[in-house]
Amino acid sequence: MTYATSLACRECAREFPLDPLHVCDFCFGPLEVAYDHDGIQSRLSRERIESGPRSIWRYIDLLPVDEDFIVDLNVGWTPLLKADRLAERLGMRDLWIKNDTCNPSWSFKDRVVAVAASRARQMGFQTLACASTGNLANSVSAHAARAGMEAIVFIPHDLEAGKVLGSAVYNPTIVSVNGSYDDVNRLCSELADNRQWAFVNINVRPYYAEGSRTLAYEVAEQLGWRAPRQVVAPMASGSLFTKIHKGFQEFQRYGLIDETPVRMIGAQAEGCSPITTAWRNETTNIRPVKPDTIAKSLAIGNPADGYYALKTMKRTDGGSTAVTDLEVVEGIRMLAECEGVFAETAGGVTIAGLRQAIETGQIDPDETTVAFITGGGLKTSDAVVEHVTQPIPVEGTLQSFEAAFAEAPEAVGVGA
Amino acid sequence: MSTRRVRFTFEGDAVKEPVIYLVGHEFAVVTNIRMADVEHDFGWVVLELDGDHDEIDRALAWVEAKGVRIDPVAGDVVES
Repeated sequence: MTYATSLACRECAREFPLDPLHVCDFCFGPLEVAYDHDGIQSRLSRERIESGPRSIWRYIDLLPVDEDFIVDLNVGWTPLLKADRLAERLGMRDLWIKNDTCNPSWSFKDRVVAVAASRARQMGFQTLACASTGNLANSVSAHAARAGMEAIVFIPHDLEAGKVLGSAVYNPTIVSVNGSYDDVNRLCSELADNRQWAFVNINVRPYYAEGSRTLAYEVAEQLGWRAPRQVVAPMASGSLFTKIHKGFQEFQRYGLIDETPVRMIGAQAEGCSPITTAWRNETTNIRPVKPDTIAKSLAIGNPADGYYALKTMKRTDGGSTAVTDLEVVEGIRMLAECEGVFAETAGGVTIAGLRQAIETGQIDPDETTVAFITGGGLKTSDAVVEHVTQPIPVEGTLQSFEAAFAEAPEAVGVGA
Repeated sequence: MSTRRVRFTFEGDAVKEPVIYLVGHEFAVVTNIRMADVEHDFGWVVLELDGDHDEIDRALAWVEAKGVRIDPVAGDVVES
């Protein structure tokens, strides 16, 4: 049985039942799941977690879902790689990569959707819905298929066909909205109020957001039951960033790890950096922007949790970065070339942000640092296709190969 | 009757205009402010509008034409 007890307003602390609600009726502040901490404390132990499944569900005591309702695609327990070659390139001593490209639909969204889908099933919903341009729609469609639920995905009308495919294969209903992103936002917000659908990031958002905490739980466990001293994570809405920190805090609260403070450093693309801009301007008022970046998965111009991300940075003596699109591509390449991990553009933002954080003194290169890679590179291959190694053309003869190979500067020393 | 919860974002000169007062006079909608933070050249207001569905649409279009950005209270919901 879940230890979730209620939904609590993050602004005024009023409590609400565990229903499909996302804003406080009184002040319109965002709602967050509250738990019976004593109950969790009495049950939770390292041994209990270690004996659980190799997925996010090993942390079910900390999630707002009863076991009978789990929608299980074996999400999570993704690799934590010690990144020595990348560390050397960046002048660091102890760098780790949390590789969430290994999830079932190749992004961290599987964590949040798994929890949202499971809770939606527990609340009796038959339909999962979302508004998405990629990763979220992929994950919602996959989880709905796995659960035998209906899926409805809203997309902007001008979305490239290739991005629709990753959802369409699971056979959801896809609604193409003729209008701007703002129009899609408004339509879906209205529908969430009027339809009996679980819009994963609207009316069931408090449950959805909880899934991100499992990233911190896994990292702490995989590091040998300790927290890193520094974290670099990408920021879109800011929810992932704040929930990673919350996850470490919870493990500390329950005595699973010691109370090492974790400094949280956020990464955004310059073309959509409302949170970093506010951080640099030393204000908590976030000015919405029109996104213009190749990092589409971070292109949220009006981030719902931006204010809380800023508070997390301040509370942890953290920081925030913003990198150019060219740096994003360099980040993708650096990670691939050094560690064999092909990340989508958000991963390029994280690695370029890590480099910027070192250069600006926001990160201590000698401390244990974890960088979160949240999605697989094949989702955004168009961003790097012009910037990667090109084939050496040869005829099918040894002579042709030897001649071409000798002239290819990139090939010097290969296989010698 | 219908209810809409939205966030107005004001920048520049729009901060100085009594937009919320005026929208209640120009249209048959009732406004109810729940949270706000306004500085000299920037501010946001989270509020609820009650009224006929189409009248709320007309009111919001009028507010937008005044240079005020309007978003759902939950922020952007279109995610990657």
